[in-house]
Amino acid sequence: MTTKAKFRFDASAIFLPGIGVLLLLLLWAITSSTLSKNLPSPAKTWEVSKPFVTAPFEKRGELDQGVARFAWYSLILVAKGYAIALLLGAPLGFILGWSKLFSKSFDPIIQVLRPVSPLAWLPLGLVLFEKSHPAALFTIAICAMWPTVLNTALGVRSIPQDYLNVARVLQLSPAKTFFKVLLPAALPYMFTGFRLSLGIAWLVIVAVEMLTGTPGIGGFLWQEYNSLIYEHIILCILTIGIVGFVLDRLMSAVEHRLKAA
Amino acid sequence: MADVTNAAFLELSGVCKGYGKGDARSEVLADIDLSVARGELVCIVGYSGAGKTTLVSLMAGLSAPDRGTITLAGKPVKGPSAERGVVFQNYSLLPWLTAFENVYLAVDQRFASWPKARKREHAEKHLALVNLAAARDKRPSELSGGMRQRVALARALAADPEVLLMDEPLSALDALTRATLQDEIARIWEQSKKTVVLITNDVDEALLLADRIIPLSVGPAATFGPAVAVPIPRPRDRKAMNHDARFKAVRNEVIEYLLGPGRRRGAADRAAAPVALANASDSDTVVAA
Repeated sequence: MTTKAKFRFDASAIFLPGIGVLLLLLLWAITSSTLSKNLPSPAKTWEVSKPFVTAPFEKRGELDQGVARFAWYSLILVAKGYAIALLLGAPLGFILGWSKLFSKSFDPIIQVLRPVSPLAWLPLGLVLFEKSHPAALFTIAICAMWPTVLNTALGVRSIPQDYLNVARVLQLSPAKTFFKVLLPAALPYMFTGFRLSLGIAWLVIVAVEMLTGTPGIGGFLWQEYNSLIYEHIILCILTIGIVGFVLDRLMSAVEHRLKAA
Repeated sequence: MADVTNAAFLELSGVCKGYGKGDARSEVLADIDLSVARGELVCIVGYSGAGKTTLVSLMAGLSAPDRGTITLAGKPVKGPSAERGVVFQNYSLLPWLTAFENVYLAVDQRFASWPKARKREHAEKHLALVNLAAARDKRPSELSGGMRQRVALARALAADPEVLLMDEPLSALDALTRATLQDEIARIWEQSKKTVVLITNDVDEALLLADRIIPLSVGPAATFGPAVAVPIPRPRDRKAMNHDARFKAVRNEVIEYLLGPGRRRGAADRAAAPVALANASDSDTVVAA
């Protein structure tokens, strides 16, 4: 009984998404042959993209590299910007969650800065740093850090009073209170923030690369649009989506382990 | 300090505590006087919501009284300290640490100068004392309620406090586990001869454990009734409780206060207060306790 149920579950987990993909391909094929003649068909897209996918790490020239190689450039840039976002965001969130005074003073500013688009931050970054690489990092960091800030603050505010009482009754030193009580109690919330921040960092990278012309998956997308190779736009969109999906899955796997512990 | 043995060790005098301000203020505890001798086990028995938890947090130093003084061995209590160990009602174990690590955290802080091996041994010893040596590497989520409370007890004892404050330590447990743990608390107290203040809503629990039972009247503005000594030799037999005349006499005395003056006092206060205020303070008291 259980094995049968398990088998059926596995089958539907493969078949149903497969049917979804097929339907989308069909819709795409119909649209490209009827409504929008500029949209390359699935077959054409595959044909033109093939060298980029089958040799994903190939470097044939500065603007002619495999998708995985471009994605790798983007990931490195995201990793740097994301690291800055966490290094700034987590302590800021901790202070915000801990101090009512600080929270009251800075919460309105955060609420105003949070919805600002990466497209708006980038020119400011260019003005501040005068070079595209640090400006890109600045933009990724400042856009991606807000979920970390807010979730860390929420995590700190949600630390049960009981745990704080234990720390006080045992007279734990400030360092021990932080590492043994506060940090572990807030960590699951923080990780939710980390995951959302990574998602945003990956969203921002494309816009940043387009505007700065940095080599990467977003830069490639923009360059291929300018070269009228529309098939590669679709290739880039799919690559960006898949990488983003994998990143999110990895983070939520870590998050689940943390919450289970 | 040797001459304090028979004098008051933990002493509360004229302690009052309330929450809120102005018209919304409600007195939780009023005119609390308590004097506990060194090595004595005192049980405070009272209604739920009467401010028992507030009383523990005052004695623990987690909050300060509005009026009155609390002293331990003549020194005023100014904040939490390792000399006053607390066993919380809801265990308050850190869920990301194992049973051993929870106990070790207290040992590591209290006896920071000890070598590591000695600290570990000390923590192990106290886990064994509460019969939990086998569960040392389990996290609280893998332990039953009774086992969690044992870990909490081991953690408090391992810090070697002068006074052990227990806030309804067994009230969240089922009757059988409760009985077992009552026996263990009695056994551990016999061995350690610590000064213990145990707060409970169970008169029979107090009968089994206490040297002295102090009833706490109903809130708001709860206060102590006359203390009742329990002159019954240990170990006490729970099976004898229902027919032994000595048990019956003490139980009657406590219950008579709780159902008589202890309840009327609160009722009288309430009748004197405006209705809205009485309702507000009712809910406040429940939140506070």
